[in-house]
Amino acid sequence: MFDWRWDFTFQILPRLIVATGNTLLAAGLGYAIAVVLGLALVLAQRTPFRPLTVVVREAVEFIRSTPLVLQIFFVFYVGPQFGIRLSPWTAGMIAIGLHYAAYLSEVYRGGLECVPKGQWEAAKSLNLSTARTYFRVILPQALPPSLAGMGNYLVGIFKDTPMLSVIGVAELMHTANAIGSETYRFLEPFTLVGIIFLCISLPTAALIRLFEAWVRRKLGMG
Amino acid sequence: MSYFEFLGQYGDRIFSGTLITMALTVLSALLAVAIAVAAGLMRMAPNMAVRGLATVYIEIFRGTSLLVQLYWIFFVLPLFGITLEKFTAGFVAVGMNLGAYGAELVRGAILSVPKGQWEAALALNMSPAKRMIRVILPQAVLIMLPSWGNLLIELLKGTALVALISVADLMFQVKQINGTTFLSAQTFGTALIIYYVLARFMITPFMRWLERVMMRKMGRA
Amino acid sequence: MDTTDVSAFPLRLEGEATPMVSFKKVTKSYGSLVVLDSLDLDVAEGEMVTIIGPSGSGKTTVLRMLMTLETINGGVIYVDGEPLTHMPRGGGLVRADNRHMRKMRSKIGMCFQHFNLFPHMTALENCMEGPVHVLGLAKREARERAEELLAMVGMADKRDQHPSRLSGGQQQRVAIARALAMRPKVMLFDEVTSALDPEVIGEVTNVIRQLVAEHNLTMLMVTHQMGFAKDISDRICFFYGGRIEEQGSPDELFGNPRKERTQQFLSAVKEAT
Repeated sequence: MFDWRWDFTFQILPRLIVATGNTLLAAGLGYAIAVVLGLALVLAQRTPFRPLTVVVREAVEFIRSTPLVLQIFFVFYVGPQFGIRLSPWTAGMIAIGLHYAAYLSEVYRGGLECVPKGQWEAAKSLNLSTARTYFRVILPQALPPSLAGMGNYLVGIFKDTPMLSVIGVAELMHTANAIGSETYRFLEPFTLVGIIFLCISLPTAALIRLFEAWVRRKLGMG
Repeated sequence: MSYFEFLGQYGDRIFSGTLITMALTVLSALLAVAIAVAAGLMRMAPNMAVRGLATVYIEIFRGTSLLVQLYWIFFVLPLFGITLEKFTAGFVAVGMNLGAYGAELVRGAILSVPKGQWEAALALNMSPAKRMIRVILPQAVLIMLPSWGNLLIELLKGTALVALISVADLMFQVKQINGTTFLSAQTFGTALIIYYVLARFMITPFMRWLERVMMRKMGRA
Repeated sequence: MDTTDVSAFPLRLEGEATPMVSFKKVTKSYGSLVVLDSLDLDVAEGEMVTIIGPSGSGKTTVLRMLMTLETINGGVIYVDGEPLTHMPRGGGLVRADNRHMRKMRSKIGMCFQHFNLFPHMTALENCMEGPVHVLGLAKREARERAEELLAMVGMADKRDQHPSRLSGGQQQRVAIARALAMRPKVMLFDEVTSALDPEVIGEVTNVIRQLVAEHNLTMLMVTHQMGFAKDISDRICFFYGGRIEEQGSPDELFGNPRKERTQQFLSAVKEAT
């Protein structure tokens, strides 16, 4: 192809593969934070304490409506202004974890709304505690309808990790940028980054669809 | 420096950045809609090659990051003799990326128009093009409008990335101001609020209004 | 493209009048499931033929094949003296191309169980859509035609309403007007009363009665309204397992069914009503 240099390609490939490890680590950590925090956000919106539900609801809306890259800058730079210094990794994980927690809380909310009212009433009639009702009755039923959305956002968070490069997290995009400015060659590193993303996100998306179908079958939901 | 002094000093730049962000949003939205309709329809074409082309486009743009696409369009495309000015590169990248997501919305909406509508249009002996334009698309538009509301907010957020190729949008301006003043909470905080206002008090109401107009056209309002 | 030997499916051209619709050994199957098994059925011009039978007997498929909503696997269908599914070429018949299908489709109109009115158009616009955009009529002319037909089905006062504002019976009457606006030679009614509340069935059957009484349209109807079918049909075909089990005049078929399956079906229907 056009001016493509294979020797250069193979020379930079190991560096990019190492960086891919960082990208996957960032996506995995961020997602783990988002999964747990998202659950907290949705449960907070279901407490009877009105001020809390309103504040959390608005916060989720706010996070979902503003750019992640701006949130990353905000978390990274605002700390030092008040004497709190965060490493790029810490700031990045907080920002991306919070951002996707907001999205996942909406997914969970949709899942919870799929659980029929009768299930709550049945749990109440058995005199189950609120915690027990949630963890033994409601959440297991809310999970399957949430899986598709959760899967989409797993791929989504992976594709958003390049934004962490703006505060210096040494993931894939950051490394490609560095190679570019060292060698003045952008064709190979940027194209390789694209290919690596495709090679991971397409099979992952396919696997998630399979997993979803498997869970549905497993739970007898056809 | 109080927040009001801050606004007095940097308000102009933040305002001009906001205008650039709005212009980027409108242009990339128009491009995204055009691409979405074209790729969505091609995705359903009887011709394998046409369908394949659309599928490859959609999978590539949905399978990689907007940032990767933006850098590729801005830094790599010139090597192929296509040099886009940074503002153009910015809205083209955002439009092409969100267009790929929109294409799936278009396809999904077309597929969810009831089969009876296709059959009735065929029974009236309408040509395939007429069936699509006169009967199916108007109904598909109403089905997909709510999802487009969300997609346009994603698009607005996506435009913030063009700051990374130095387009002087809102994101870029506050980043510059932060670089000289180190007033991070004020700069980035202001920008966050502006993006929120654009999303919730401009895009969302606009889409609601559009939905109401379409509903009225369908006699459902 | 497979060429069908036309001599295997001759259209009767001498003796009696040419039938308006003619199925010649028509077969339809989905995989191993045979829906129609070598169907022969002629419908004369101006005749009203009603198809009855248990669900899955292939009766709706007959209408859908005529409307080209389903392809056929074997045989030939003739409409108005011309093959519908095929076209003559080189002494034989080949599968019809789109142009031929569109030409043939213009002879046929259809009304559906679920009306299928276009929800984004008013009653009047629904009736003008085909004449303007398919037949190429001037808007004024199409409007006159549509208004006349809407008046005929008793929907003149609702012409500016969208389908969502109309009851099922009203929607079905508009759908009949819409199909008639295309001036078809053959009208197909596919269970047009099945989705209606019992109290509005009459307003739709009355429109069809009026059509039968005042116009010389060729009509095929699939229905579960046995009384209605008996009143207005020239002939009843009882379908069973993809074949015509028995056919005859309404008096013969309802009064004196000869086949056991017909008797069973009719008595089951009678019990249900």
